[in-house]
Amino acid sequence: MSDWKPNIVVFACNWCTYQGADLAGILRCDYPSTISIIRVPCTGCVEPEFIVAALKNGADGVFVGGCHPGDCHYQEGNNKAAARFKLLKTVLTEMGFEPDRVRMEWISGSEGKRFAETMTEFNESIERIGPNPIGRYINGG
Amino acid sequence: MADKVKLAYYLSGGCGGCDMAIIDLSENLVDLLPRLDVVFWAPTVADVKYRDLEGLPDKSIDVGLFSGMIRLSEQEHMAAIMRRKCRTLIAYGACAALGGIPGMGNMHSKEEIFQTAYFDTLSTDNPDGVIPQTRCLVDGKYELTLPEFYRYVRPLQDVAEVDYFVGGCPPHHSFVARVIPDILGGSFPAPGSWITSDKAVCALCDRNPAVKGEEMKLIKTIKRTTDGPPEEGKCLLQQGYLCLGAVTQGDCGALCPKVNIPCRGCGGPVPGVKDFGLRAISAVASLLENEELVDRIPSPVKLFYRYSLPASMLGRKIK
Repeated sequence: MSDWKPNIVVFACNWCTYQGADLAGILRCDYPSTISIIRVPCTGCVEPEFIVAALKNGADGVFVGGCHPGDCHYQEGNNKAAARFKLLKTVLTEMGFEPDRVRMEWISGSEGKRFAETMTEFNESIERIGPNPIGRYINGG
Repeated sequence: MADKVKLAYYLSGGCGGCDMAIIDLSENLVDLLPRLDVVFWAPTVADVKYRDLEGLPDKSIDVGLFSGMIRLSEQEHMAAIMRRKCRTLIAYGACAALGGIPGMGNMHSKEEIFQTAYFDTLSTDNPDGVIPQTRCLVDGKYELTLPEFYRYVRPLQDVAEVDYFVGGCPPHHSFVARVIPDILGGSFPAPGSWITSDKAVCALCDRNPAVKGEEMKLIKTIKRTTDGPPEEGKCLLQQGYLCLGAVTQGDCGALCPKVNIPCRGCGGPVPGVKDFGLRAISAVASLLENEELVDRIPSPVKLFYRYSLPASMLGRKIK
């Protein structure tokens, strides 16, 4: 598995984290090419099903990025997302996933550099954890 | 009167509660029986053998009710037979439709289950360390066989095409009384759908703040049923008892909340929901006042997936 590279899905809120990713590009910040960004209106609409679907289809890591608490474009979306995400994480851990395989962070539109740094760091942490165990599960393991 | 409706009923990996839900029709059953020709319902009603069912022509049975999940090779075989012989196959009850209570076994490996059942329990007396084998030779000449115990529990739709689903553990007899005449009359919804009244438990619950014109407030604490009785007439979820009525089909008429028991989701997911547990997580977590309350939810997988783990997106513990 020496040539294995993580496959990371990022759900980025349209109003903050996606703008942060945009800024990272404008600032020419480097971040790993292993991440695929899905733009969503708000982290509040990232249903647990989306995260589980990504993991089930082989994503090695899932990252959910939204506005800082209090800054949600829809007032409450990120707060609800945070509680759901925490509960989902405990469930996923009980189901056999490493807890660090999923992460939620608040990254604003002005934090382009932080977006690049967070992605680099998340990519490294997934590299340490290794491939998604779902591969062994699909093959009957 | 038109020809009798041919009915087959197979009890797979269930407890027999779904059979009882039909027996509970009591007087209604008296009216129904003249219209029914029970060709297979072993061992509860008819004294027939598997080979009798296997010998029938394909598609010769009008309606097949299948209750219980699939854990053994015998159950998988009978699911295939039922599918072949029945024109309409119904996953009847929570186990057949979702995996049910035995589905929680998917959080444990086959080895762990055998270890507990055949070695660790206090009442087990097994000095030779015998565990079930699929083949065994007795006295050197008699070969005995047992069905294989599969690694995981599966709902019926994982091994055979299912025409309709009926939720409930067991389906409530008043609902069965409404459903069976429809089935006998040949009136069905679109294939592959649930036979349901299309209402959530909350919609039928007297405690629901919305039906009383009150506002739903955030949950301030997490309680278990052992923490004392809930306040009368007040929403269980509001009081901190984790009731899953919001995402559960209310074909039961919201019976559990009426007697102070929070809904656990045996009715199956409301229409449009694929993964019951994940939607329940979403619904409950959005109502929590703060994130710290999440840590106080005991054994979340077995709470949110109590009846539906094998039919969920992940289906089982992955390692």
